Amino acid sequence: MSEPDIVLNNPAQATGGTREQELILSVQRGQHELFYELVKPYERRVYAAALAILRNEHDAEDAAQEAMLKAFANIRQFRAEARFSTWLIQITVNEALMRRRRGRTVVMEGIDDHREGEEGDYVPRDFADWREIPSEALERKEVRQRLAQALGTLDRKYREVFVLRDMEHLNIQETAEALGITAASVKTRLLRARLMLRDLLAAGWEQGWFSRLPFEKGTKPW
Amino acid sequence: MVNHEMLNCEAVWREISNYVDGDVDAPLRSAMDEHFRTCKKCASVLAGTRNVVQLYGDERILEVPSGFGRRLEKRLAKQAAPSGGWSWTAWLVPVMAIVLVAVGLGFRNSFIYRTPPKSILAAPGRDIPPEMLVVVSDGSKVFHVAGCPFIHDKATERTITAKEAIRDGYVPCSRCLRQYLKTGLIGPADDDDAEAEVLSSVGR
Repeated sequence: MSEPDIVLNNPAQATGGTREQELILSVQRGQHELFYELVKPYERRVYAAALAILRNEHDAEDAAQEAMLKAFANIRQFRAEARFSTWLIQITVNEALMRRRRGRTVVMEGIDDHREGEEGDYVPRDFADWREIPSEALERKEVRQRLAQALGTLDRKYREVFVLRDMEHLNIQETAEALGITAASVKTRLLRARLMLRDLLAAGWEQGWFSRLPFEKGTKPW
Repeated sequence: MVNHEMLNCEAVWREISNYVDGDVDAPLRSAMDEHFRTCKKCASVLAGTRNVVQLYGDERILEVPSGFGRRLEKRLAKQAAPSGGWSWTAWLVPVMAIVLVAVGLGFRNSFIYRTPPKSILAAPGRDIPPEMLVVVSDGSKVFHVAGCPFIHDKATERTITAKEAIRDGYVPCSRCLRQYLKTGLIGPADDDDAEAEVLSSVGR
């Protein structure tokens, strides 16, 4: 296999493993006041994982914080062979799934494309010329909202896989284990999620979502 | 099994996600690279898919609610305080407090309370002639005048001075050396009979 085509923006790599390992050991040895420093870099990812499953900001925050408390209570069980971020995300996914099963939250389901089964091929709809969207575009709140809105329209099974894989940076196997599905299902759902989002955002471009972005006239970002 | 030399657009779309992840073998990757060079539609799909992965993979896409960190810190502090989450230094304070209270009470009690001897056998003597010869034996911490019928284990008895006996922790026998016991805790009158018995037995 060749190297991944895209270098993912993985905060676990960015934060530096050595400092993180030091913090983990310190907390395990009783310096509990350092736990917040340990998990602070993962606040967004933990919250995003909970939000992807629960679809409600209040429930997502509660589940994310409860997951962090559980991680704190069980920090001695964490073993260095796993990535701390993966361990934390898996606790969060379990917490969110448990809450959803208990029915403690009302989940607003996304639009499911019932015309095609999960195993069926997804046919892209938009083939416009493209131009890469600069990452600076994310500084604009409007762009972030549009991207979140597009993600929210995905059916749950696609959204969860996409979030864990492309936003939380779990690998295929970790995503499969977290959601209790096969690796093959993860790949199928991920393909469909990516292609659906591509089409949704292309349509959004048509509607002027990104009209103030510095694209060349006549080209689309998707 | 994909025939790499005959890749059509549908086959490319099926593998495009794996291609972006680097999860295709070398022959398939080469065939797809070639297809993208000649197919504008698939090049557009690839570019859009890359955009999706790159944008959503950026942490800035989602903000945590305002005050999230502050609320989390508060909950962590609350959980750490009452449950077993204390450090050893945190345990030290209450433990030391308990020790100090206990020591303080013991010190105070040593001035206020005097526990009376439970038995006159444990009472120390007074005005005993230090050079008086007395008898001690194994298995007892009482010293006697020679011939006392209450000497334990006579086979091991030996004679020493009263001073030595007291130094070694022996106390006077309440029978044969009763006159030296001035504790005020001497028993009832029937002890007089015992004294007479002892004195007569030692020929006094």
